[in-house]
Amino acid sequence: MTNAVTFHKVSRHYGKVKAVDAVDLSIAEGSFFAMLGPSGSGKTTCLRLISGFEKPTAGEIRIFGQDVSDTPPNRRSVNTVFQDYALFPHMNVRDNVAYGPMVAGVGKAERYAKAEEMLALVKLDSYGDRKPGQLSGGQRQRVALARALVNEPRVLLLDEPLGALDLKLREAMQDELKALQKRLGITFVFVTHDQHEALSMADQLAVFNEGKIAQIGSPAEVYDRPATPFVADFVGSSNVLPPALTAQLGGATAWASLRPEAIRLVAKGKGKMNGTVAALRYLGAGSRVSVMVGETEIAALVPAGETAPEAGAEVGITFDASALHVMAGS
Amino acid sequence: MSRGAILPNRGLADRLSALFWRRPTVLLLLLITPPLLWLGVVYLGSLGALLLQSFYSIDEFSGVVVEEFTLKTYGELFRAANMDIILRTLTMSASVTLASAVIGFPVAYFAARFARGRWKAVFYLGIMLPLWSSYLVKVYAWKLILAKEGIITWAADSVGLGFLLDAVLALPGVGGNSLSTSFIGTWLVFVYVWLPYMILPMQASLERVPVSMLEASSDLGASRGQTFRTVILPLAMPGVIAGSIFTFSLTMGDYIIPQIIGTSARFIGQAVYQLQGTAGNIPLAAAFAVVPIIIMLVYLSLAKRGGAFDAL
Repeated sequence: MTNAVTFHKVSRHYGKVKAVDAVDLSIAEGSFFAMLGPSGSGKTTCLRLISGFEKPTAGEIRIFGQDVSDTPPNRRSVNTVFQDYALFPHMNVRDNVAYGPMVAGVGKAERYAKAEEMLALVKLDSYGDRKPGQLSGGQRQRVALARALVNEPRVLLLDEPLGALDLKLREAMQDELKALQKRLGITFVFVTHDQHEALSMADQLAVFNEGKIAQIGSPAEVYDRPATPFVADFVGSSNVLPPALTAQLGGATAWASLRPEAIRLVAKGKGKMNGTVAALRYLGAGSRVSVMVGETEIAALVPAGETAPEAGAEVGITFDASALHVMAGS
Repeated sequence: MSRGAILPNRGLADRLSALFWRRPTVLLLLLITPPLLWLGVVYLGSLGALLLQSFYSIDEFSGVVVEEFTLKTYGELFRAANMDIILRTLTMSASVTLASAVIGFPVAYFAARFARGRWKAVFYLGIMLPLWSSYLVKVYAWKLILAKEGIITWAADSVGLGFLLDAVLALPGVGGNSLSTSFIGTWLVFVYVWLPYMILPMQASLERVPVSMLEASSDLGASRGQTFRTVILPLAMPGVIAGSIFTFSLTMGDYIIPQIIGTSARFIGQAVYQLQGTAGNIPLAAAFAVVPIIIMLVYLSLAKRGGAFDAL
C-alpha cells in the first residue's frame, strides 16, 4: 500500500532552534494519524511541512510518492482545518465553503451546490447565509471542516481543531470526526496535545518530544509499551520507575513504566513493596492515590467501589508481573 | 484581630470610585458632555451657520448679503467657470487618493506583515517624520525640487533623460512650462504630503488580518493574486476607505499647495478663500464649501453599497 505522507530525515531548524529534527515518518493511506506532544515539540511544524506553509531545511517530504519540495501549498492536494478556523469574516458560510471551487474557476451554480452538499455533510444545511461571526465555536469548526473537505483533498490536516471547544462538544466532535473519516476514507492527520483525544481517535500515533518522534505505533502499543520515560509519562501519566527500583521489583536494571490502574493497594507487607500514602485526588470514577516508595512517587488508581487509604497510611503495593513494562530504549 | 469585610475608605478618590460604581451613568455623562458640547455647538453649529449662509445670496450692485432663502447661489455653482473648479478639484482628489493607495499599500503591507521590533519603529518614524516639519517648508522645498532649475530637471538632463521630462511636460492639460508650474507638480506634492494619512490606517487594518487567513486561502488553492483580490483587499478595505477619506478631503479642502505649485487654474479651496476674502461673497463661498461635504457623503455611501465595510 502507498503511504499518504512520507518524511525522510526531515528537519526544520530556525537558526539554532531545532523545531523538527531529522524526522522519519510514514502515514498510511486512509488512516487516522495523530501527532501528539506538548507545545513546542514540533508536531504543528510537521503538519505545516505537509501543508507547505513551512519548508524543510533538510530532508524530503513525499505525498503519495511525489516529492513536494517545490510545490507551493495551493498546488498540494492537501487541505487544512486551522486551529483558529481562519474563516473569512467578510464572506457568508456558503461563500466560505465554496472558496476552494471558486478560486479553481468553478461556476457559481456548481460551486454553491457543492458547498451545500458539504454543509449537509457537517449538518449545517440551513446556515449558508450566515456570517462566521454569527456562529458558535462548534458551528465555526464544522464550517472550517466543510471548507477543507470541499476540494476533496487526499490528505486532511487538522491542527488542534477541537482545542477551543468545551468538553461535551469536544467528545461529540471526536466521534463525528472519526465517523466522517471512516465514511470518506481520506487520510486524516490530526495534531493534538490531548493524549485522550489521540488515544481514542487515532489508528496510529506519533509522540513528539523536542523536535523528534519519541515513538510511533497504535494507541494500544504506545499506551501499553511506551518506548521512553517521556512517552510513559506523557501518554496517560504512567508511573516511571528508576532502574534501581525496577531491578528490585524483579525486572532488568532499566527504566520501566507501570500504569496506575494496574496497581492494587494491599495491607502493609502483603505486596511487592511498601510505601506511605502522600496524597489523594478524587476523580469521580475513582481516586488517584500517591504513594511514596522511598524517593519515588507511585500513583495508583483505586476504583470508586473500593475504600481508598487515608493520607499517611502505610500500604503495600502489588501488581501483575506482566504490567511492569521495561523500556529497552532508555 | 479580625479584618472587616469592608476595607476602610481612603478619602475622596475612593468615594468618587464608589459613586461611579453605583451610578455608572454619572461617569459616562462626565466623560462625554464636554466633547458633545464641543461637537454640537462649536462644530455642528458652525457647519449649520455655513449651510445657512449658502442659502443666502449677494446683491450684485451693493455687494450686500441678502438674508432671504434662495437656491440662486447654488445655481451659480453650475456656471461653466465654477463647474471647472469643482471638476478639477474632484479629479485631482481622486487621482491623489488613487496614487496614495497604490503607493501606500505595499508599504503598509510590509509594515503590517513583516516589520518587527526595530524595523517597526523605523517604519513609524519614516512615515511620521515628514509630518513633524512644517507643511509650508515641505511645499516650498518641493517647489525648489520641481523648478526648472531644480534637481529633477538637472538629474534628468545629466543622465540623458531630459527628453523624457520634456515629453511628460508636453502632455496636454496636465503638462506645463516646468514641473513646478504644472498639474503634475501639484499632484506630486499632494501625494507626498498626504501619503502618511493613507498608509497608517491601511497598515492598522492589514495588521488585523491573521496570517492563518492568508494560509487558508492558499491552502484552498488560491494563487497569490487571488488571495490578494478575495481576502487581503476586502479585509483591508475599511482601512483603505479610512485613508482615502483623509487624502480625498484634505486634497479637496487645500488651497495652499495649488497656490504655490501648479498653474493659475483654481481649486475649490482657493475659490472659497478668494470669495470670502477679496470678493466678499460669503454665500457663494459657503456653497463652494458644501460641495466637498456632499462629494464625501456620496463617496461613502457608494463605498458602503460596494461592500467596503463588510469586514467591519
